[in-house]
Amino acid sequence: MKVIVPVKRVLDYNVKARVKSDQSGVDLANVKMSMNPFDEISIEQAVKLKESGTASETVVVSIGPAKAQETIRTGLAMGIDRGIHVQTDEDLEPLAIAKILQSICKDESPDLVILGKQAIDNDYGATGGMLAALMNWPIASAANSMEQSGSELTVVKEVDGGLQTVKLQTPAVITTDLRLNEPRYASLPNIMKAKKKPIDAKTPSDLGVDTAPRLKTIKVTEPEARKSGIKVEDTAQLVDKLKNEAGVI
Amino acid sequence: MAILVVAEHNNIELKDATHKTVTAALAMGDTVDILVAGKEAGNVVTSASKISGVRKVISCDHETLTRQLAESMENIIVPLMSDYDAILAADTTTHKNYMPRIAAKLDVQQVSSITGVISHDTFIRPIYAGNAMATVQSSDTKKVVTVRTTAFAPAAEAGSASIEKLDGPQEAFKSEYLGEELSKSDRPELTAAKIVISGGRGMGSGENFKLLEGIADKLGAAMGASRAAVDAGFVPNDWQVGQTGKAVAPDLYIAVGISGAIQHLAGMKDSKVIAAVNKDEDAPIFQVADYGLVADLFKALPELEEELNKAGY
Ligand SMILES: Cc1cc2nc3c(=O)[nH]c(=O)nc-3n(C[C@H](O)[C@H](O)[C@H](O)COP(=O)(O)OP(=O)(O)OC[C@H]3O[C@@H](n4cnc5c(N)ncnc54)[C@H](O)[C@@H]3O)c2cc1C
Ligand SMILES: Nc1ncnc2c1ncn2[C@@H]1O[C@H](COP(=O)(O)O)[C@@H](O)[C@H]1O
Repeated sequence: MKVIVPVKRVLDYNVKARVKSDQSGVDLANVKMSMNPFDEISIEQAVKLKESGTASETVVVSIGPAKAQETIRTGLAMGIDRGIHVQTDEDLEPLAIAKILQSICKDESPDLVILGKQAIDNDYGATGGMLAALMNWPIASAANSMEQSGSELTVVKEVDGGLQTVKLQTPAVITTDLRLNEPRYASLPNIMKAKKKPIDAKTPSDLGVDTAPRLKTIKVTEPEARKSGIKVEDTAQLVDKLKNEAGVI
Repeated sequence: MAILVVAEHNNIELKDATHKTVTAALAMGDTVDILVAGKEAGNVVTSASKISGVRKVISCDHETLTRQLAESMENIIVPLMSDYDAILAADTTTHKNYMPRIAAKLDVQQVSSITGVISHDTFIRPIYAGNAMATVQSSDTKKVVTVRTTAFAPAAEAGSASIEKLDGPQEAFKSEYLGEELSKSDRPELTAAKIVISGGRGMGSGENFKLLEGIADKLGAAMGASRAAVDAGFVPNDWQVGQTGKAVAPDLYIAVGISGAIQHLAGMKDSKVIAAVNKDEDAPIFQVADYGLVADLFKALPELEEELNKAGY
């Protein structure tokens, strides 16, 4: 089985986003960038499949600026076999990303594509579903665990009420949720080895994909600030405030 | 413009998220229909027909729609969309699973998790865990939109829409629903409750969540948790509040033993009033709390329950 893992380079999850004063977006100059945390989980899953002999080949794909190569290297250092970098300086929308991934899937014919359930920067949560649609493949989103037998995947998904189990025929798309696994840290020898693994370079136009945006960002603003609160002395005062000042209990 | 709203339900009951999505739809245009896709969901169809402002309810009953599998939803919705300018659904896990599929089939960029409607094509949505609010305008001819329901008031139930039946899918799909394991609770649903009390890693164990239960019982509150508490196995995954869990906006949110990470705040900072109990006076949760109590929770929770007793709860 061949597995493709698309990963996005995003603002590190520990860094609080700052809105630019001209309201054009979020300031990404000189801030720490990392692999989208859900994508680390996808990488881990693919590497596990390789280690268990289920996957024969694993490929990491990232669409983004030159620096996205670093993110691909991280995936290679975690154990992925090779990389594909589709270079663009634009922050593409999920529909464009999905079309690029569709073109790559047609080329590579994977059995499974593992994406994150959402990228923590734009919070769209759309790319996996769109890719599945374009390929006419089934999807299970927010996977909590998965098991493969032959051309069938049984996936337990996280849903609002608890857990749900679905069965998919491969080729298929799954998106990862937080509890699917714990991503490993790349060891130093593996980081060195990753430097020699191949990364194929492409552009969206090589792939013949129209990436024109469909959404126009009119402005990006700070959320409304909460007014500052107070510290209460004890639980008696807390109950009094909630009841008599806020009137919420 | 004509807008299709997809109902949120479990085949037995219509969920409030539907009424809130209808409110968002009515802010975009005045012709709103509801699709109830399910299996033997007659009761849901009847309830949906009562939502104010709805023109008609389309009812589609089929085995593959029991849990609204993505392929099956695509099969019935894409042809319907020739009659509509927009499709809206709540941003619950059910709809998040297939809405991007509809969007891609229609060659449209989905607008995810909106918290405001400016006009028929312009929306507000939180990005970066709610640390920024983007106003975006869609140039697509059809709009595919998911709705953060905590941001919209529910539409009333004073309508009497007509009901129309739609045939289910004829073909076989490459995915199949096998079963589910739902957490059972007599408490109100997390996303709909007026009061939510959540515990974090500071609770120390699942057993210790009993300390929160007594208080939840008295206040009629729903119970939630941070990711750390879920990952540690204290409570089920569906209790997680945050950027990648559930968004809640109750009248009162009580955070106990939760530090207040960006990702947790993303899911609860729109609550009307926030109270926090934490033994660390510098915990970031206090920056968003209206009322902060610096205390050891193992001492504070039994006291709080006793104070509520005294106050007649
Ligand atoms: C991709 C991604 C998505 C995420 N999504 C979410 C999400 O949706 N929701 C979410 O919650 N998190 C999410 N997180 C995790 C988040 O970053 C934090 O790790 C998490 O919220 C921390 O949970 P916590 O506050 O319970 O634990 P901690 O940060 O460990 O805080 C525990 C708190 O308890 C206090 N405490 C300890 N003992 C006591 C005591 N006896 N009495 C009183 N106070 C005590 C401590 O002072 C501390 O402040 C996500 C992370 C990533 C990377
Ligand atoms: N630029 C990108 N390059 C590669 N994969 C991406 C990119 N953007 C999104 N993805 C994948 O799509 C998932 C969901 O992203 P989104 O739909 O933007 O929330 C991510 O977790 C990645 O797996």
